[in-house]
Amino acid sequence: MSQTNIYDSRGLARMLDTAAAWTLALLWALPLLYAVWTAFHPSEFSTRFTLAAPLTLDNFRAAWDAAPFARYLVNTVMLVTLVLSGQLVLCTLAAYAFAKYDFPGKGILFALVLMQLMIMPDVLVVENYRTMSAIGVLDSTLAIGLPYMASAFGIFLLRQTFKSIPKELDEAAAVEGASTLQILWKVYVPLGKPVYLAYALVSISYHWNNFLWPLIVTNTTNSRPLTVGLQVFSSTEQGVDWSIITAATLMTSGPLLIGFLLFQRQFVQSFMRAGIK
Amino acid sequence: MPPAFRNPATMRTIHAWLLLLPALAFIAAFTHYPAVNTFIHSFFLDGRGGAPAQFVGLEHYQYLLEDEVFRKALVNNLLFASGTIPLSIGLAMTMAFLVNAGLAGQSVLRLCYFVPTVLPMIAVANIWLFFYTPEYGLLEQIRGALGLAGVNWLGSESTALPCVIAVAVWKDAGFFMIFYLAALQQIPPSLAEAAMLEGASRLYYYRRVVIPLLMPTTLFVLVNATINAFRMVDHLFVLTQGGPNNASSLLLYYIYEVSFKYWDTGYGAALTMVLLGFLALASIGQFGFLDRKVHYR
Repeated sequence: MSQTNIYDSRGLARMLDTAAAWTLALLWALPLLYAVWTAFHPSEFSTRFTLAAPLTLDNFRAAWDAAPFARYLVNTVMLVTLVLSGQLVLCTLAAYAFAKYDFPGKGILFALVLMQLMIMPDVLVVENYRTMSAIGVLDSTLAIGLPYMASAFGIFLLRQTFKSIPKELDEAAAVEGASTLQILWKVYVPLGKPVYLAYALVSISYHWNNFLWPLIVTNTTNSRPLTVGLQVFSSTEQGVDWSIITAATLMTSGPLLIGFLLFQRQFVQSFMRAGIK
Repeated sequence: MPPAFRNPATMRTIHAWLLLLPALAFIAAFTHYPAVNTFIHSFFLDGRGGAPAQFVGLEHYQYLLEDEVFRKALVNNLLFASGTIPLSIGLAMTMAFLVNAGLAGQSVLRLCYFVPTVLPMIAVANIWLFFYTPEYGLLEQIRGALGLAGVNWLGSESTALPCVIAVAVWKDAGFFMIFYLAALQQIPPSLAEAAMLEGASRLYYYRRVVIPLLMPTTLFVLVNATINAFRMVDHLFVLTQGGPNNASSLLLYYIYEVSFKYWDTGYGAALTMVLLGFLALASIGQFGFLDRKVHYR
């Protein structure tokens, strides 16, 4: 990924750099490594580190039986799918309008959209709770997802992408008789594919991990996502058994973590791309 | 067809509005409307048991000035911000330099630094909770092995907030590193060659060439780190619940407690206004920055 640079360290300095880099890496990976150790060993080894410790899956079994994690997982997957599909459609349409149309009030509207970057739904929990209660959707996946359906970040990202696509392509398609939506679907969306991938990964990991709003707006297992389910589980089991809690912790992050390890390159590059644009 | 619809400019305006409408409706309903409502409700006392809300003017704002817990949460939040922002940015830059330096196993390094970013905060906080646990937690075992006296990391007022800061830095540094990595790879190698010809030392090259070139990234990261510092409270639910004696409470956590534990949503709205004020300050920076970025294009 990196090109060699004549200022890359050599000799002793390089050894020091390497040592520093690996110390930091170990420190950063330690919580996860520790969780893996504890979750896969019987609880008496949770603070004793010996190679003789037997491996076991009992902690996972115990956690799985102690709380409806399967249901939480389904809820999280539904939530992430709902939010992402809503975002992709709404952001694509809006980004196209901002990138390719000139109309009165465009600047003000764009500024109004960007306001969401600072005043995220995350901090407007009190009023959004009121809204959800008023429209009668409390304790549902819909209630968790609604505030995030239109994302200023997504609109901004796609607008930048669409702007860089030459207008000649539109004109050529228009000459062929394609309508606005056809041009958007056949020309812009395919060309924006890497950005869509980047945005999707950022969105999935954000909503998989989101906690405060789902905590507020849900109160039964029917709609609780994994993060809230884990918190309910670990706060009631508090101090009982670390091995079971770490097993539950790994189960909660597991699918995302495995996905990340499999698609590490795309993941990191997607985040980078999302940052540059 | 009325003549106006035959005008292509009008048609394009209508098209644009139709394309924008769904997204705008959602943003208006869940960002602008609640923001305005927060302001209005901050002047009202909730009616209990179905009674209508009562106008109380500035009473909630007056109470803010007397509220010890609010003051504590505010001071904590400022300390939290001044701890997490420089630490996570400094570490992020260091990590990016290390990953970009062509060391052995750099992809493993990058993976280790980045992994906290993809894990749910609420989940990793459970692991950190164990590290901090008195007597048999990992930190205490290390202390015990060194023969030092025990510390109740999350249970004492002096250490709770620093512990919470450490978790936030650990979570965010790898995320910010990615932006620095992206920026580092945009720096043309010819600059290093030129600096070398001029006889610049390594330190001088980093200080006078690389870090200034990273400034736009630093600004972007700074704004994001600031917003995060006022938004990220998930770990408090697991680690300290704001305690002991509110020593680690942050604004958004206090808003949650006031609004959803004591159900005083009017006062919660006044508290939210304070939080929005801080976010608006960060947003002024962001707008300036975004504008410049657009001009560069």
